Amino acid sequence: MARTRQGLIQRLPLNWLGLVPFAVFALLFLILPTLKIVIGAFQGPEGGFTFQNMLDLNTASIRSAYWTSIKLSVITALLGGTVGFAMAAAVVFGGLPKAVRGPLLTFSGVASNFAGVPLAFAFIATLGPVGLVTIWLKTNFGINLRAMGWNLLSFWGLVVTYLFFQIPLMILIITPALDGLKKEWREAAAVLGATGAQYWRMVALPILFPSLLGTFALLFANAFGAVATAFALTGPQLNIVPIKLFAQIRGDVLGNPNLGYALAFGMILITAAANTLYIWLRVRAERWLK
Amino acid sequence: MTRFLAWLALIFGCVFFILPLVGMGEFSLKMRRGVYSFDAYRKVFEDPTFWATFGYSLVLAAATIVVGVLLVVPTAYWVRLRLPKARPYVEFVTLLPLVIPAIVVVFGYIRLFNTSSILPLTGTAFGTDFLLTMGYTTLALPYMYRSVDTGLRTIDVATLTEAAQSLGAGWLTILARIILPNVMVAVLSGAFLTLAIVMGEFTMAALLNRPAFGPYMQLLGANRAYEPPALAVIAFAITWGCMGLMQLVTRLAKHERAKA
Repeated sequence: MARTRQGLIQRLPLNWLGLVPFAVFALLFLILPTLKIVIGAFQGPEGGFTFQNMLDLNTASIRSAYWTSIKLSVITALLGGTVGFAMAAAVVFGGLPKAVRGPLLTFSGVASNFAGVPLAFAFIATLGPVGLVTIWLKTNFGINLRAMGWNLLSFWGLVVTYLFFQIPLMILIITPALDGLKKEWREAAAVLGATGAQYWRMVALPILFPSLLGTFALLFANAFGAVATAFALTGPQLNIVPIKLFAQIRGDVLGNPNLGYALAFGMILITAAANTLYIWLRVRAERWLK
Repeated sequence: MTRFLAWLALIFGCVFFILPLVGMGEFSLKMRRGVYSFDAYRKVFEDPTFWATFGYSLVLAAATIVVGVLLVVPTAYWVRLRLPKARPYVEFVTLLPLVIPAIVVVFGYIRLFNTSSILPLTGTAFGTDFLLTMGYTTLALPYMYRSVDTGLRTIDVATLTEAAQSLGAGWLTILARIILPNVMVAVLSGAFLTLAIVMGEFTMAALLNRPAFGPYMQLLGANRAYEPPALAVIAFAITWGCMGLMQLVTRLAKHERAKA
């Protein structure tokens, strides 16, 4: 009798039990809260199913918030990606001393994590109205940034600030991809008579393309979801989606809780699309980099 | 030519990175008119709210690390040992916090665990602290899981488990005395990254209305001139310290392995 019972326990598939704590945690604190938002986005005030909230998103203020957020994310991803790529390429192929590489990567690790409130303070102290660079340009060169239309607490001020974490993130992700470009490919191209530019255009960039596009998507999502930096820099004024959602959660500024869900759902859709692109492209990119 | 461009790119980048750091450093010293002084730092350190919020965030970071380790190490171990088929799904879930913005997750918390729900966590201070810890654990999950999983790859999980079992060890003993020490480096580097994330986090703490370091910094920034850059210098030092410790444990581990 005891024997058969033991046999039964051994045959029952009980391995999944080990995943229960993790599954419960993920369900309670990650999946259900998100589902609550997604479902709420399609519920009316009485609880019935409706598309009205989605339609209600189509107001001038909300449209402009999404548009500004998308513009901000695209521009910082493109600029940050370009500068980060240039710096990573400089370190990997540029013939710089080997000692540069380690500190640059370490610093990138720090800088990509140095986001949020303190980052905003650092830029206010540097490029704000009485910041270090602003004053220095004014006293030494007579250049008045403010008169030239510069304002840190604006869209472009936010772009410059976001670059401080976008560039290092690009460096961190793209350096391994650049390391994966084999010397033999370059030599093979050279043997076949390719110039440096031709090698980049016809060999290196096509191989790197999935990595580049994927990293772009990641940088986009990174900027799109950021709240703290923008909030500390400009307060609740700047009309971008995360700030709008922040104000909505705090005090229902839209005057309709379900519209708040719809706003959040829109954010999930956009970051999810960007991240799906990133993950899919990374899988493609890894084929070459083994 | 290439080398010239390489230097140009590097120098441009370095100037861009160094200027804000110099800017905040210089500004934080300018509180007293005409001379450099540490007045702003003294003001910050004299503020009891600074210590209260700093301590609060530190305690929460510790709690987050404990929860994260207790959650991630057994799960990653079990997936490697017994459920390799579940691997893609678990990995997908651990990446979700990168996909869903933190502000959306905390929005869900507020609506799901409010006072009129089945699990009214936001009703009490302790419940909210617990909720915030869980929120931070989700934020740290992608880094913690990947770090531990990579650590597990370097050891032979199945053989170690069988050896321990044949000597009569139970699951708890195996996890605590065999697996954990073997992935300690990975756990520590995940822990330091978690510390860096939690100390500066603003959105979740602000929306759950808890007195953490991030909201304190934001509030001071809205009302004062010289203290904020001093706080920024402190925050940067914390981030730098965490990353430095991460590198240090990794390097020490390599050294140990080389000796062994």
